[in-house]
Amino acid sequence: MFGIYLKRELSRRKKAALVIALGLALGIALVITVNSVSAGMQQAQGKVLKSLYGLGTDMTVTKAQTAPKSGSSSRPKFDFDAKSDSGKTQSSDRVMTQGGQSLKSSLVTEVAAQKGVASAVGALSLNVVKVDGSFTQGKAKSSTSNSGQGGPGGQGGGTGAPQVQGGGASFDVNSYSVAGVDVTHQDLGPLATSKITTGKTFTASQTSAKVAVLSKSYAKTNKYKVGKTLKISGTKYTVIGIATPDSSDSTTDVYLPLKQAQKLGDAKNKVTTIYVKATDSKQIATVKATIQKNISGTTVTTSADLADTVSGSLSTASNLATSVGKWLSVAVLIAAFLVAALLTSSAVSRRVREFGTLKALGWPSRKVTRQVVGESIVNGLLGGALGIALGLAAAYTVTAISPKLTAELGSTGGGGMGGPGGGGPGQAASAAKNTVDIALTAPVSVTTIALAAGLAITGGLIAGAMGGWRASRMRPADALRSVS
Amino acid sequence: MYKLTGVTKRYTRGKETVEALRGIDLTIEDGDQLVIQGPTGGGKSTLLQMIGGLDRPTSGGVELDGVDLAAISEAKLTRLRAEKIGIIFQSFNLIPTLTAQENVETALVPLGVKPAERRERAAEALRSVGLGERLTHVPTELSGGQQQRVAIARALVKKPKVLLADEPTGNLDEGTRDDIMGLLEGLWHEYGLTFVMVTHDSSIARRAPRLATIKAGQITLTEQAGARRAAPAPLPGQGQYAQQGYAPEQFTQEHYGAAQGY
Repeated sequence: MFGIYLKRELSRRKKAALVIALGLALGIALVITVNSVSAGMQQAQGKVLKSLYGLGTDMTVTKAQTAPKSGSSSRPKFDFDAKSDSGKTQSSDRVMTQGGQSLKSSLVTEVAAQKGVASAVGALSLNVVKVDGSFTQGKAKSSTSNSGQGGPGGQGGGTGAPQVQGGGASFDVNSYSVAGVDVTHQDLGPLATSKITTGKTFTASQTSAKVAVLSKSYAKTNKYKVGKTLKISGTKYTVIGIATPDSSDSTTDVYLPLKQAQKLGDAKNKVTTIYVKATDSKQIATVKATIQKNISGTTVTTSADLADTVSGSLSTASNLATSVGKWLSVAVLIAAFLVAALLTSSAVSRRVREFGTLKALGWPSRKVTRQVVGESIVNGLLGGALGIALGLAAAYTVTAISPKLTAELGSTGGGGMGGPGGGGPGQAASAAKNTVDIALTAPVSVTTIALAAGLAITGGLIAGAMGGWRASRMRPADALRSVS
Repeated sequence: MYKLTGVTKRYTRGKETVEALRGIDLTIEDGDQLVIQGPTGGGKSTLLQMIGGLDRPTSGGVELDGVDLAAISEAKLTRLRAEKIGIIFQSFNLIPTLTAQENVETALVPLGVKPAERRERAAEALRSVGLGERLTHVPTELSGGQQQRVAIARALVKKPKVLLADEPTGNLDEGTRDDIMGLLEGLWHEYGLTFVMVTHDSSIARRAPRLATIKAGQITLTEQAGARRAAPAPLPGQGQYAQQGYAPEQFTQEHYGAAQGY
């Protein structure tokens, strides 16, 4: 009888059932959408952070930023000879330690020994500015013309004096980044976010080998292939592999064995970043505090710190999803629950005679209440199913459109370390923000679906509880009274 | 047997207290038929509620077979209603979404009767009130008289000891009224029920062996012609048969059914 009665009642009051179900569906769809978009935001942030850190990295240790010494300059300096053989190409590489500050290699062992640290790997980030081109000498002419003008290498003419005509200089300036990799621990560090798509990666024995792995984009732009030779600051390296980064925002162009990078950057036994993996991902904050306490002069940056420095539309959207979206969905859900409860309660009020009659026939209150709650739960489940369908459709639409979000990774204000702008490998030493484009997706997890189903049942129960409470309070005499 | 002793019922409406029943003393023997009559607001429906265990008196006792309905727990009272008391309402009070058969089944639900038996008993009850062909009809597909027959079947399907009717013909036209009254009186006679009915209709009230008139919460009992468990009043249609030369005793339920066209 319960099932028949329930089915008939729901089909009789289709409109009311639909209004309740739609209200709940709206709330549940919003919860699913906000949840899935939030999950998409987190994934996007995770991608951004992973690109900075490397897979499995929980934190990085860099040298604490210090004020530059007076008179020192980190600007590159190039010396070219004004040789007599005009037009000959000259080239000069200027290699700088990224951020201009480095740590002793011995600190890697020290960091690895800290409590809660599973492993620590050092890496050296270098920035290479390559300038090449040629000078052309101007030619002297003795002319009285006023129109002659000296080239950049000559002088502006005076009337009657010999004048230099022609001449000049043409130079290309190219900048690229180099990362020194600990070839014995490649699972952690700059190369961990990339896959070798051509050739091979370093072997553990190649600690001092003059070999290089290039990023796919750098190799393509400069037409390097596996087996070719790359020359940096006069040293030749054989290209052994091409690496494709997991995300498009990796800025390292060339990977060298750490020792080769140290030699190249004149930074013997130095590293710029120590990549740290904690034994327990839940204890990262504690490990950070331990390292900062025990090893002075360092800055420890965790993914949480980095996440704080992410700005741009990704950050704005993420904030919207987690604050406005969350509260909006909570508000809509509460409103939906209230509407469902009020409509159910109102429906019970309209059925005073019906429930009163059942009680007069000897139906116990619990049976009447069960009937009302049963109807509400079915309404809730209908709303839940509708809401899940709507939510999935919304999430699918977001994923299909894949709106582009921009993540700006905090400005370092001068190439300082510790922030993602300066501490991470492959980051330009400039103060410019690192901008990363991320396509937003809205993945719907089983947990989200379970949450939606739970909310649907909860909504049904809340509405049913209110209606059932009213029904249980009705007296059988109401069946007679309502007609008198 | 019912024994009401000093039954008083007061309602509070805002600041005003209304005394619907004032010290009612009444005895109703098993198999008795009592008609309660009186002006609107006189307390007749309130008295029926007390007898049916639908409400409790403010003071006094309502005993049914020695059990004080005013003193037992709500659960016991509910169970007693389910087992012993059948109620018929003026507006039929059928569940609009359920079929005639399902409506009748609702009376058997609290008794824990198995679904198959429930269906069978409901169908049998409907057949006994002449609605064997209307089992799957919902109330809106039935006339007022047919709906009241469903309500009667629902009241009787559990084989109650007591049948209470609150203005059972109040919403029916004159012809249908006679049909329903004939049916009720026939069933009362057939099943030996204790039958208590509230009515405004003086013509119906006059046919009852006992008449209770309630005015301003006070009762006046009148014994009318004929003894208790007297032969039931003429069935509807009987008059036509009498005109055709039939003696009243020759008119049976079969004739009645034929007169109704089933």
